[in-house]
Amino acid sequence: MRHIISILMENEAGALSRVAGLFSARGYNIESLTVAATEDESLSRMTLVTRGTDEVIEQITKQLNKLIDVVKLMDMHEGPHIEREMMLIKVRAAGPAREEVKRLADIFRGRIIDVSDTTYTIEVTGTSEKLDAFVGAIIRTDIIEVVRSGVTGIARGERALHL
Amino acid sequence: MPDIRAFFWFFDFAGTRETKQVELTGAEIFVRSLVEQGIERVFGYPGGAVLPIYDALFQQDELQHVLVRHEQAATHAADGYARSTGRPGVVLVTSGPGATNAVTGIATAYMDSIPLVVFTGQVPTALIGNDAFQEVDSVGITRPCVKHNFLVKDVNDLAVTIRKAFYVAMTGRPGPVVVDIPKDVATARAEFHYPKRISMRSYNPVTRGHPRQIKKAVDLMLSAKRPMLYTGGGVILANASSQLTEMTKLLGYPITNTLMGLGAFPATHRQNLGMLGMHGTYEANMGMHNCDVLIAIGARFDDRVTGNVDKFCPTATVIHVDIDPASISKNVKVDVPIVGPVDQVLKEMLKVLKESKKKPDADAQKAWWKQIEEWRDMDCLKYDHDSDLIKPQFVLEKLYEVTKGKAFVTSDVGQHQMWAAQFYKFDKPNRWINSGGLGTMGFGLPAAMGVQFAHPKETVACVTGEGSIQMCIQELSTCRQYGLPLKIINLNNGYLGMVRQWQQFFYDGRYAMSYMESLPDFVKLAESYGHVGMQITRPEDVEPALKEAFKMKDRLVFMDFLTDKSENVYPMIPAGAGQNEMILV
Ligand SMILES: Cc1ncc(C[n+]2csc(CCOP(=O)(O)OP(=O)(O)O)c2C)c(N)n1
Repeated sequence: MRHIISILMENEAGALSRVAGLFSARGYNIESLTVAATEDESLSRMTLVTRGTDEVIEQITKQLNKLIDVVKLMDMHEGPHIEREMMLIKVRAAGPAREEVKRLADIFRGRIIDVSDTTYTIEVTGTSEKLDAFVGAIIRTDIIEVVRSGVTGIARGERALHL
Repeated sequence: MPDIRAFFWFFDFAGTRETKQVELTGAEIFVRSLVEQGIERVFGYPGGAVLPIYDALFQQDELQHVLVRHEQAATHAADGYARSTGRPGVVLVTSGPGATNAVTGIATAYMDSIPLVVFTGQVPTALIGNDAFQEVDSVGITRPCVKHNFLVKDVNDLAVTIRKAFYVAMTGRPGPVVVDIPKDVATARAEFHYPKRISMRSYNPVTRGHPRQIKKAVDLMLSAKRPMLYTGGGVILANASSQLTEMTKLLGYPITNTLMGLGAFPATHRQNLGMLGMHGTYEANMGMHNCDVLIAIGARFDDRVTGNVDKFCPTATVIHVDIDPASISKNVKVDVPIVGPVDQVLKEMLKVLKESKKKPDADAQKAWWKQIEEWRDMDCLKYDHDSDLIKPQFVLEKLYEVTKGKAFVTSDVGQHQMWAAQFYKFDKPNRWINSGGLGTMGFGLPAAMGVQFAHPKETVACVTGEGSIQMCIQELSTCRQYGLPLKIINLNNGYLGMVRQWQQFFYDGRYAMSYMESLPDFVKLAESYGHVGMQITRPEDVEPALKEAFKMKDRLVFMDFLTDKSENVYPMIPAGAGQNEMILV
């Protein structure tokens, strides 16, 4: 099953490579990985998406917890949560296709953030599934470039990952 | 108010001022920190990036530096020191090749959870990343085989980083920690303050097992009909042999130790079925296979122990005590997990046991022991006593007798290692020193040096093979320099014996590259280093030679035993087989 794991780590050089190294050394897969500092400069927050059986996910969280720089982590799937990913997508938009692309962007609540005579660049935010759907809706040959931020997530309600 | 507080304040202030005036170089901070940490000895090898540190070492006499002949040996020596004392081993090497040479020893310690702190020199901070002379990314290279590592970029962080390194190495599940120190950090100056205590918000090892789980485990143990205790290196690392011994005797249950756990419960005690696993005894492996309650303590269900996990302990409910949560249910599903320090958990278990009204089921135990004794009667370690050739097992039996079972024994890796584990009966912990997890040939001799440094008056024997010994043979020079009276037992079968055995069993006797040609004359070699060399070729000479060698209390004696080339280690569980599928002789 797909899991989103959020990790609070000491904001030290090399922290990211410890996590990436753990995944490659133990043969776990990473679908996406995002990192940035938090409001507390000494901490960075990492969100990673991985897949595995319950046993594998259990090992992954245990091994992550074993990393000395990991302060705390949370498997988002242990409770209700919100997940978001952002995508910037540049598509060919000339002639009759131009209107169609704009209409699609509206349906997906995307925002056109850059325009040229022949292209639109659209920002879309949502679950990974929604972004997949948007990419799927556009004619493949019209896609010039896709950039995705990787998934981030946060628990709903009182549940939170903080110190 | 009389101004008594101001008076103290004045002194405090004066005190602070005084420490402020004393600024030390990073190199001096390094030395002072180790002294404050209670370290007496560092194993190392100099080079450009650590010259400032060596200069500081030169100007003091609180910290001894042992000069090895290869950095791999420095790490193994520190490791042997740690395994035989329970204290951390300390290593100092230079950047680049110094660090890469140390990696094998670091990985060896990592696999067996041995507390080491390894200091590597690094090029000056301004040059890091420039492919400078003797630059390697030591933190990157060692990351997968350390518990943690640090690059110190600011001299002001040096003391606290060293404190953290020891704290991390020694607590929780122990392991090696690397501290990389750039040359300019060693020459820069800072105030020195070594923190006595340290806490890290991201690292809080468990200090207690869950009381309810412990009760549950004890209850299960007492209801067992065919119980089995399976204990590993964790018991030795936690210094918990006495608790384990008391509990095992109280229960009266059979016990088996892993290769790493030998000595945690006396080998000569009737309840001990010997080692288990690939070359374990018939009774231990059959006991495992048939038990109904498995009590695993400080052991990690390694593949050399479990064989095929699908066939492992098919009828058992499993209790597992371990300090490392990630060890639990990693290879084998555990029914009653207890995460905690083994010594504390065992103490608590003993308490619960003694208070419990329930007692082990006497009839069931009688029947179980009857079955076990039948397995034991198979005498699975038997070998030919009438051979004209020296049987390696015979040498080890005699070694045990001549040293009265009291020696510290290190070993290398191969057949000789398994025979030593099978035939030398360790009644005490920390006496059997070998590379179990990584299986590092070359470990034995330098590890023995570390043991001898830690126990100058004790007998230290290194059991090795003519293949393994040549991987760190240069350390004979170190032994000479420091007058280490080791006894080297070289079981010379002219083959990379363990490789040859696998080729015989599984590759139809195609002995690819397992024959050791062009061997040196080990007697002359030992003599050229200033040691005593002996060659023993006949069975009847084994015991007298051993006696003679062990009488030479102040000399290193290299004993080259020419043994039966075709001898194999039995019993053997082939890879992928179940524990009940042993090859007996
Ligand atoms: C550094 C290293 N390289 C290779 C091996 C693979 N290996 C395991 S046992 C063995 C043979 C050891 O031969 P020897 O030291 O003569 O001991 P014997 O098995 O003959 O007792 C080898 C090559 C290893 N364990 N370590």
